Amino acid sequence: MYGNAYIDPNEKANAMIAGEDPIKLAEFEARIARGEKIEPKDWMPKEYRKQLIRMIEQHGHSEIIGALPEGTWITRAPGFKRKLALMAKVQDEVGHAQLLYSAAETLGKSREDMINDLITGKSKYSNVFNYPAYTWADACIIAWLIDAGAIINQVANAKGSYGPYCRALDRICTEESFHLKYGHDNVVTLATGTPTQRKMVQEALTRWWPPIMHFFGPSDKISSHTEILMRWKVKMASNDDMRQQFLNMYVPKIWDLGLVIPDANLKKNEETGKWDYTEPDWDEFKRVINGGGPCNAERLAVRRMAEEKGRWVRAALLRKDEKYVTPLA
Amino acid sequence: MINSLDPRIKREQINEDNTIAPLTEMDQFETYEVFHQKKRGDQHVHVGIVHAPNAEMALLFGKEQFGRRGLSVNIWVVKTSNVFASDYDDADIFETVPEKQYREAGGYKVMDKINKYKKENKA
Ligand SMILES: [Fe+2]
Ligand SMILES: [Fe+2]
Repeated sequence: MYGNAYIDPNEKANAMIAGEDPIKLAEFEARIARGEKIEPKDWMPKEYRKQLIRMIEQHGHSEIIGALPEGTWITRAPGFKRKLALMAKVQDEVGHAQLLYSAAETLGKSREDMINDLITGKSKYSNVFNYPAYTWADACIIAWLIDAGAIINQVANAKGSYGPYCRALDRICTEESFHLKYGHDNVVTLATGTPTQRKMVQEALTRWWPPIMHFFGPSDKISSHTEILMRWKVKMASNDDMRQQFLNMYVPKIWDLGLVIPDANLKKNEETGKWDYTEPDWDEFKRVINGGGPCNAERLAVRRMAEEKGRWVRAALLRKDEKYVTPLA
Repeated sequence: MINSLDPRIKREQINEDNTIAPLTEMDQFETYEVFHQKKRGDQHVHVGIVHAPNAEMALLFGKEQFGRRGLSVNIWVVKTSNVFASDYDDADIFETVPEKQYREAGGYKVMDKINKYKKENKA
């Protein structure tokens, strides 16, 4: 859900390429198969464009909205150094949104349209940001584990086929490595601190575990539709594969700190080499993504307020002779 | 009224259904292409775009977006509309002859000849 391709289970695979010029389609697919990137003005199937816009735009919205629960803690972060670091992280996240919106713009959707679709609730963003950061420890768990999940998703997508998205992701991934280290450092400080600090970080982990398990989305149905998106290098890994990768990398690190993950069934299956876990509550996931989470209304209301408050400044700066052209790359 | 955990948001007394008029065309301005130079002596490299109402603000946003960590000494911004680009469909303009060794230093191998000459002329 962060920036993974969305597959409508009702859509037929052949509908995806219906009406496309077979010669151009073959050239396009051959280019991708050779490992070459697609650039903005290249011919591309309509469905490729549509899926990429949806995916990159949602990814951009997630960066913007994700800055809200974390931004809550800037003024109350313990100590000057952590305030500076959190401010830098939040600025990075907003910068990521700018990079992603720009990449989506090259596909023909204006930034105004993307913002409109966000603030009216038409476009989605990552579901995790509909939960609140109750304490400082929540902000630390977000910075470590949510960013860890985002990195797995972004590293996979950076190997995709669309040039502008890959370039944005390369830049983003470099900055994410700071977020991850910063988050880990904060969690380690709490987990190795006083009993009160340990209790605080344990409670935050317990709260965030279900949204973390939801993060990569429900299992993908393997369909010919999925196969086409994978062949086009729009979808780079299945949701389950990314979740497994996350568990593999981070469960041992969480256990190292003596923290308890609230899932008695979580263990590595020695036979399959994969992690067994309790199936996440996907009804809860759907309920929250469709507006029923604790913070959905607040997130969008805050975005609308920000747009509205800045509007007069933008209007004052706008010159009549300006004309929009689609960015090059 | 939004009852946020964030005191800054709570103070704003925002209504949940604070619908606003949609953003209209050009609300986000036109775009500038940003070129970034890491250190003196390096080429400026294209790094992306910013939306800005004028060149001065494009420089400011360019600095914030692309120069906030690591080395930076200079940036350029150019209105996207002022950039003229070749077309990927015309990529064949870059194809002349497949064999361009005559343009490369490696296309000139003199040591073989020199060694052969030396061997043959050894008294
Ligand atoms: Fe980010
Ligand atoms: Fe991040």
